[in-house]
Amino acid sequence: MPDTRRAFLKASVALSAYSLATATGLVAPATTEADWIADFFSPGTLDETIQKTFHTTKIYNTDKIELKLPSIAENGAVVPITITSTLDLIEQVFILVEKNPIPLAAVFDLSPDVEAFVSTRLKIAETCNVIVVVKAATQLYKTQQAVKVTIGGCGG
Amino acid sequence: MSSIKIRTKRLDGKTQIRTLISHPMEHGRNKDPKTNQLIPAHFIQELTVKHNDKVLVNSNIGAGVSKDPYFAFMLKGGAVGDKIIINWRDNLGNTDSEEHIIE
Repeated sequence: MPDTRRAFLKASVALSAYSLATATGLVAPATTEADWIADFFSPGTLDETIQKTFHTTKIYNTDKIELKLPSIAENGAVVPITITSTLDLIEQVFILVEKNPIPLAAVFDLSPDVEAFVSTRLKIAETCNVIVVVKAATQLYKTQQAVKVTIGGCGG
Repeated sequence: MSSIKIRTKRLDGKTQIRTLISHPMEHGRNKDPKTNQLIPAHFIQELTVKHNDKVLVNSNIGAGVSKDPYFAFMLKGGAVGDKIIINWRDNLGNTDSEEHIIE
C-alpha cells in the first residue's frame, strides 16, 4: 500500500515540523499569558528553577524587600510569610523555597492599583532559605531568609 | 457553599483584602496512610483578584502553598460598595468564584 505509506510519512514530517516550530517558539502554543506556567513549576533544584524562570537576567540583592517570616517554623506545612517592599513599579513577586522538590511556590502579578504587599502561607520541606524575587521596573531584585523547620511540610 | 471567604478592612487610604480558600493543595507525593497509595496532585494553579472588573492580582500558584491557602493583598484606595471578585482554577479544572462588597 504505497499510498498509505506516503501519506503516513507526509503526516509525520508535517507533525515533527510543527513540534519543532512550537518548541522553538515560532508557533505560539495555544495558551494565554495568564495560563499556568508549568515549566516554572517543574521539579528541580533552586538553580535550575532560577535558570528556567529568569534565564540569565541578573538578580540584584536588595534590602528594600522586607520579609516577615519566622526564623524557626514548628510546622513546615504552614509557614506564614508577608512580603512588603519600598521598591517602585513592582510588577511581579516570586516566592521560592530552596529545598522544596518544586522550588517555586507562587508568582503574583501585581497591578499598579495594589501596594507592594503580599501575604500567604507556604509549605517548607526542610530547613533552608526562602527567596523572594521582585520584578520592579523590569529589574529583578531578591532577598532571602533562612527558616529552620522542625517538622517538615512534605510528610503526610 | 463557596470555597472562598473574603474579608476586607478599610485602612487609612487603602483596603486590605484577605482571602481564605478551602482546598486540599495536594502536591502528589503524599501517601494515603490507609491504602498506602499516592494521593494524586490536586492544587490551585491560578488565582485572580479583581476590583470592580479591573484585575488587581493575577497569580500562578504551585503546590508549595499550604493547604487551605490564605492570601492577603493591599488595595490602594477602595470605597464602600466596591466589588472584590476572587476566582481560582485548580489542576483538575475545577473553578470557583466569590464576590464581596467592601463595607
